[in-house]
Amino acid sequence: MTRTVGPETNETPAEVPDASAKALKTGTSDLRDLLTRNLRQSGIYIAFFAVVVLFAVLTDGTSLSPGNITNIILQYSYVLVLAIGMVIVIIAGHIDLSVGSVVALSGAVSAVLVIKNGAPWWVGILAALAVGIAVGMWQGFWVAYVGIPAFIVTLAGMLIFRGATQQVLANTSLSPFPAEYQQVASGFLNGLLGGNGYDAFTLLIGALAVAGYAVSGFRTRTARVRYKQPVESFPLFLARVLLVGLVVMAFAWQLAHARGLPIVLIILGVLILAYSTITNRSVFGRQVYAIGGNLAAATLSGVKVKVVNFWIFVNMGFLAAIAGIIFSSRSNGAQPSAGNSFELDAIAAAFIGGAAVTGGVGTVVGAMVGGLLVGVMSNGMQLMGVEQQIQSVVKGLVLLLAVAFDVYNKRRAGSSR
Amino acid sequence: MSDNILEMRSITKTFPGVKALSEVTLQVRRGEVHAICGENGAGKSTLMKVLSGVYGAGTYDGEIVFDGAVQRFSGIRDSEDVGIVIIHQELALVPYLSIAENMFLGNERKGRGGLIDWNKANADATALLEEVGLAESAVTPVGSLGVGKQQLVEIAKAISKNVKLLILDEPTAALNDNDSAHLLDLLRRLRDRGITSIIISHKLNEIVAIAEHTTIIRDGQTVETLDMSAPDVDTDRIIRGMVGRDLESYYPERESHPGEEVLRLEGWTVKHPTQDRLVVDHADLHVRAGEVIGIAGLMGAGRTELAMSVFGRSYGRYESGKILVHGREVKARNVAEAIDNGIAYATEDRKKYGLNLIEDIRRNVSAAALAKLATGGWVNGNEETKVAEDSRRDMNIKAPSVSSVVGKLSGGNQQKVVLSKWLFTDPDVLILDEPTRGIDVGAKYEIYTIINKLVAAGKAVIVISSELPELLGTCDRIYTLSAGRITGEQPVREATQESLMKLMTKERELAA
Repeated sequence: MTRTVGPETNETPAEVPDASAKALKTGTSDLRDLLTRNLRQSGIYIAFFAVVVLFAVLTDGTSLSPGNITNIILQYSYVLVLAIGMVIVIIAGHIDLSVGSVVALSGAVSAVLVIKNGAPWWVGILAALAVGIAVGMWQGFWVAYVGIPAFIVTLAGMLIFRGATQQVLANTSLSPFPAEYQQVASGFLNGLLGGNGYDAFTLLIGALAVAGYAVSGFRTRTARVRYKQPVESFPLFLARVLLVGLVVMAFAWQLAHARGLPIVLIILGVLILAYSTITNRSVFGRQVYAIGGNLAAATLSGVKVKVVNFWIFVNMGFLAAIAGIIFSSRSNGAQPSAGNSFELDAIAAAFIGGAAVTGGVGTVVGAMVGGLLVGVMSNGMQLMGVEQQIQSVVKGLVLLLAVAFDVYNKRRAGSSR
Repeated sequence: MSDNILEMRSITKTFPGVKALSEVTLQVRRGEVHAICGENGAGKSTLMKVLSGVYGAGTYDGEIVFDGAVQRFSGIRDSEDVGIVIIHQELALVPYLSIAENMFLGNERKGRGGLIDWNKANADATALLEEVGLAESAVTPVGSLGVGKQQLVEIAKAISKNVKLLILDEPTAALNDNDSAHLLDLLRRLRDRGITSIIISHKLNEIVAIAEHTTIIRDGQTVETLDMSAPDVDTDRIIRGMVGRDLESYYPERESHPGEEVLRLEGWTVKHPTQDRLVVDHADLHVRAGEVIGIAGLMGAGRTELAMSVFGRSYGRYESGKILVHGREVKARNVAEAIDNGIAYATEDRKKYGLNLIEDIRRNVSAAALAKLATGGWVNGNEETKVAEDSRRDMNIKAPSVSSVVGKLSGGNQQKVVLSKWLFTDPDVLILDEPTRGIDVGAKYEIYTIINKLVAAGKAVIVISSELPELLGTCDRIYTLSAGRITGEQPVREATQESLMKLMTKERELAA
């Protein structure tokens, strides 16, 4: 067949060069550049900020009270843990519908061992993790090595593991867990350093977090300077650190005035930090993006697509088990219907946080903000006494708008080519 | 004059920046088989798309006169209504539907109440199948038929639409000799029934065997129309018409100092991924350090299939044969192993297979050799940036920074990113499939310069190209490929476009 001399031969103009010239000349990028460079990413922060302010006003500040902030964390932590795994699954171009059932199954296995058979609390936790990893291997096998679409595999998994949960629990609820197990989700680290009406330890951890952020930010910056990469100007860098520090310390201050530092927040913090680094900096993380961005190109670049896909699902199972432990700990028992529709909350968090339906795009931090946005919104509506059915409608609309924004952005980017 | 069923008068079609057709004229007599010949990219398909209404009236200049009336088609439906049916090389059949269902798709045999009358449909289909000489039941799913039989279903479908002018684009490219002969026979029978055909083909001896007239198109212009009954018209005469132009592009000079052998293929044989035929048939070739070899072949000859199968068996099913790198047999059963053994392959379709268009230059450049930038599984992002910056400078990639998204770059710059990516794997042999497809002349020159730099640095380069002048301008030696077999090897100083084209169209000896 002949090759048509078609529009694709038409050279498209390269990006406007003067923006680069400016950035290279000054060696810095200005604030506006930072904001506009990735509207998709900054959009979610702006939206989150707006939602927080909106509900603070609507609830006369109740939503930002120490007790309520603590509540939001305890209440949405497991969805956030799930969203970490889900965003990775989605970046690779898959989906996982089974996580709600896996949450239930891992919690149930743990409960049977600890509550029914009197095993120590840590045996329950290890067993739950083993269940999650085994489930992940099972689903990873079908997706990666048999080549069945993840939608089907995890839809089947959703049914299989829900049924398994009911079987394991003999269709009854188990309760209560020993005190140590309950600590996972509802424990606090407080009073370690004393304090007068507030918890000094929580403030210290907050201060350490800020210091860590500043130091690592500074080191990244100097490394970039050494490699002659454009960096933000120093005052802007300082302003950014100050702003983040202020938010974190205000947050810690509020926590310190409630019950102190929730253990689950520490778990969540460690997971977010670890998975942000994995997705950004590890070879594995890069290959996930490569597969989602262009499967054929990734394959032809030597990426072992099957291996990567397998581990993506193993990881999802692992994180679903952690969520299962947190949830069973928080609800102080296991129920046959635990974790119903958690998968949808996690998927919504990832998409609201900027992940693309077509794969290749998304960040862990974005998914966290997406999850928190939904969390703050639901919590705020609860405080205001908005009915359940209305809340559901609002959540649905937010998801729809977020993805519509993503599609619109992409079309705009596409037409500017 | 009035016995012309079709006249296309001074058809000019421009795409932004490119004149694809320029004052093309085509006259087809009623009841003949008319062949159209030309190199890849000469404008044959564009011309047929204008004729069939894919490019509707108003998007081109000129006039189409069919059956004595000026036609202004605005879609395929319009051209089909007057009796023009085009059968593309990629068949447009639904594999899961039966022959009858496919045949009457969009043209259903309706009975009472607007419901489909399956008895009538199947009966009509059976009659049509008989006409084209296909002994299959009308309820057989099309997907279970071979390509040759699917071709016949397409023709039967065309007949069911009362076709007057049947256009076949490369109908025999994917067929074996038997099926080809059967198809040509069918065209003769249709001609006897008064159906005119236009056949676009690279198989010149088939054209000589069947066509009454042949129109040759080159660079978007009609060169000539040959009367095939004239005494001096043979395949050589057609080839002369197809390639008769000067080397208009400019190729940078290069001194050739081939060193020791880097890559050798021995008896490399690969089967089609689903069909039972060989796409690469006992290919032997070798390339030395500091040498550029070319692989010439017409579309469907198996060039890309050969390259991709060598590159970690990325295409088809391996049958037999050996790959030797530096004289040592290597296992390259997947892409990672191929890369480890110093083989790199830049695909012909960079957007589909070569690049992650939503990522930036940096991440595309590092994609094939991330391990080189990583310690303990962690990527050194700054080192990565430096590598990308170096590539941007060395390759002269025009982009504001290495954080620019690759999808927004021009074709030439995208190709430079692809080359950067493969150079970063530090290959011994680099296979470039259509390295200058769809990029402008200036960028082409830059790509040639890069190729020269690579061989000067001791790499071995294999260039696959549809453009013969490009091969003649860049290579030291050129292999020709036809129907999966290497039909010749010529040093570039002995090769001409004519000699290559002759080898590229050389087919299995019919006597065998």
